[in-house]
Amino acid sequence: MIPEFEKFKGFKAKNLPKEELLSSGHRACQGCGEVLALRMVMKALGKDVIVCNATGCMEIITSPYPHTAWNVPWIHIAFENAAAVASGVESARRVLARKGKIPKKHVDILAVGGDGATGDIGLQWISGAFERGHDFLYVCLDNEAYMNTGVQRSGCTPYGAMTTTSPPGKKSFGQVTWKKNVPAIAVAHNIPYVATASPAYFLDLMNKVKKAALVKGPAYVHIYSPCPTGWGSAGERSVEIARLAVETKVFPLYEVIEGRYIISRKITKPKPVEEYLKTQRRFRHLDEEHIDYIQRRVDAEYEKLLRLAEMD
Amino acid sequence: MSKRVGIEVSIAIAEAVGLARAEVIPAYPITPQTHIVEHLSEMVANGELDAEFIPVESEHAAMSCCCGSSAAGARTFTSSSAQGLSLMSEILYIPSTMRLPMVMVVANRAMSAPISIWNDHQDIMVQRDIGWIQTFAENGQEAVDLTLHAFRVAEDRNVSLPFIVNIDGFTLSHVIEPIELPDQEDVDKFLPPFKPRYKLDPRRPITMGPVGIPEVYTEAKVAHDMAMRKAKRYILKAWDEFAEIFGRKYNPVESYRTEDAEILLVTMGSISETAMTAVDAMRDDGQKVGLLRIRLWRPFPSQEFRKAIGKAKVLAVVDRCLPPGAVCGPVGAEIRSLLYKIPGAPKIFSFVAGLGGRDVTVARFKEIVDKARQFAKKRPRELYEVIGVREK
Repeated sequence: MIPEFEKFKGFKAKNLPKEELLSSGHRACQGCGEVLALRMVMKALGKDVIVCNATGCMEIITSPYPHTAWNVPWIHIAFENAAAVASGVESARRVLARKGKIPKKHVDILAVGGDGATGDIGLQWISGAFERGHDFLYVCLDNEAYMNTGVQRSGCTPYGAMTTTSPPGKKSFGQVTWKKNVPAIAVAHNIPYVATASPAYFLDLMNKVKKAALVKGPAYVHIYSPCPTGWGSAGERSVEIARLAVETKVFPLYEVIEGRYIISRKITKPKPVEEYLKTQRRFRHLDEEHIDYIQRRVDAEYEKLLRLAEMD
Repeated sequence: MSKRVGIEVSIAIAEAVGLARAEVIPAYPITPQTHIVEHLSEMVANGELDAEFIPVESEHAAMSCCCGSSAAGARTFTSSSAQGLSLMSEILYIPSTMRLPMVMVVANRAMSAPISIWNDHQDIMVQRDIGWIQTFAENGQEAVDLTLHAFRVAEDRNVSLPFIVNIDGFTLSHVIEPIELPDQEDVDKFLPPFKPRYKLDPRRPITMGPVGIPEVYTEAKVAHDMAMRKAKRYILKAWDEFAEIFGRKYNPVESYRTEDAEILLVTMGSISETAMTAVDAMRDDGQKVGLLRIRLWRPFPSQEFRKAIGKAKVLAVVDRCLPPGAVCGPVGAEIRSLLYKIPGAPKIFSFVAGLGGRDVTVARFKEIVDKARQFAKKRPRELYEVIGVREK
């Protein structure tokens, strides 16, 4: 096991940090699951952190000059390269600490981006940073499409979903590909810690983020983030939808510690996938056949995950 | 004591970066920049240089790492060429307006297609407007000296801008020259440690790189432009101090045998040395020919250039870059626009030469001067002339 985890007792409802490092008053949409998750990420990390933000919703809503929602040092350079910017920050701090130019006290380096910035355009930069072994954590806030530019499909958009570039029509039923498994790509880099998380399970999310920060070397946390604007769901139902995604096995929660899969929440009595799909307008056009296919594929993917976890 | 050694220019540049005590060096290999970064990684591996060498997965990542490193307060260096420089292009505009100091040596190389690893200035002219300070070196000694100068100016709190030193690929990067490598003590005197006004520090949180809404974007860009214009003062000041410590004086525009000259060649980079030989030969023939070498390309030294022209009647501007369909080469266009409608301004003729490693010989410079002389008498049909094209 990871020695750094031994001293960490975990967050509990009673000891949640009160300090808000990501201030309210930012410009996120009502019911935004992404900013909710990011707030929890920041609470878990605390104020000794440097944030490298990819271009995207979170960057736009928190930093319209001269306003900022950030009470921690924060930098945004471009869309695809947050992991490389974080690599530069981490290396700089390493050499400066060695030379006695900054305090030796550990500071977490957080790179954060959406699913497009992570799984599509930024994949190479993340791969490079993981392979080089920088001590940082990368958090992907996955709302399953390019929401900031107006809901275009990404590699993380789920099968069948309607977006502005995967519209259903006479010859299409929406997104034709299955969601890209970005956590598996992270695992393939043999990094010490990978996890999936959901804002509906906020203690689990915060504990995973904290572990990702504690571990030496690169860590990756993939967070499911409901987007009422892009998904056509009710803003007040975001947490409920996030929970349904887990309960239907659509978005399973697990950790991969030094290559070993551990399921965080085993779903023994899954709810039907249809229950999840019907909460969002982006799936409204799907017929029974497609819903059946999604159900079968979700079951199969979950089986695969169970097998990975059983191997240990 | 400084020592004069026979050394490959790339190695000498790496030694200069070491003397500058660079702290973070993200780099990706591309010919003809490779020897610079290879030698730096060797210096780090041997413990001669206490720095982080980041062997990144692309030039885009190299420049992204540079942004993070500079913002975190480390002295930052990288090097690139041609396709690599273009891959960085998206990011190059960002550290300059964000005022993040760093130094990059560009070993100038032709742009594909056809793929060519050899020298011209197309790669850097594509990046002309990125808002970095830019100088061009003529020889190995200058490459070393300009590299040290670049760190000093870039990190000056009055400037705080990224800086590119251009050196010609192969014709400069790969030649062995006698070069005086300065003493560490003198370099430390010339170049104080990097202390940025703002950096990423949890003890003093700041937001870097926020959204520029239409109400502030113009002001951000104008502030950048003002910083570039103001930078010239500190560029000159640093050259003065460099001369005091190291005994070598540099100017934004160098004049060679320009007194009483009627025709002036205008060049940048290593071909300037061949141009000097050509000027000597033409002077021996009794021709009143001189040479202006532009060392500081951005910010453009307008005043100095105007003054350096003297009473010349004709300028023959040599570009190492051919932008298809443009009015003429970028240096030619710059100078035409600088001197437009100035009373008594010389006639300006634009020449393109030395593309993709084609040698620009003494004979070619003579040809350029002859043509400029003819054009002054009878206006040419074209706005620029490409020199040395076969089967035209």
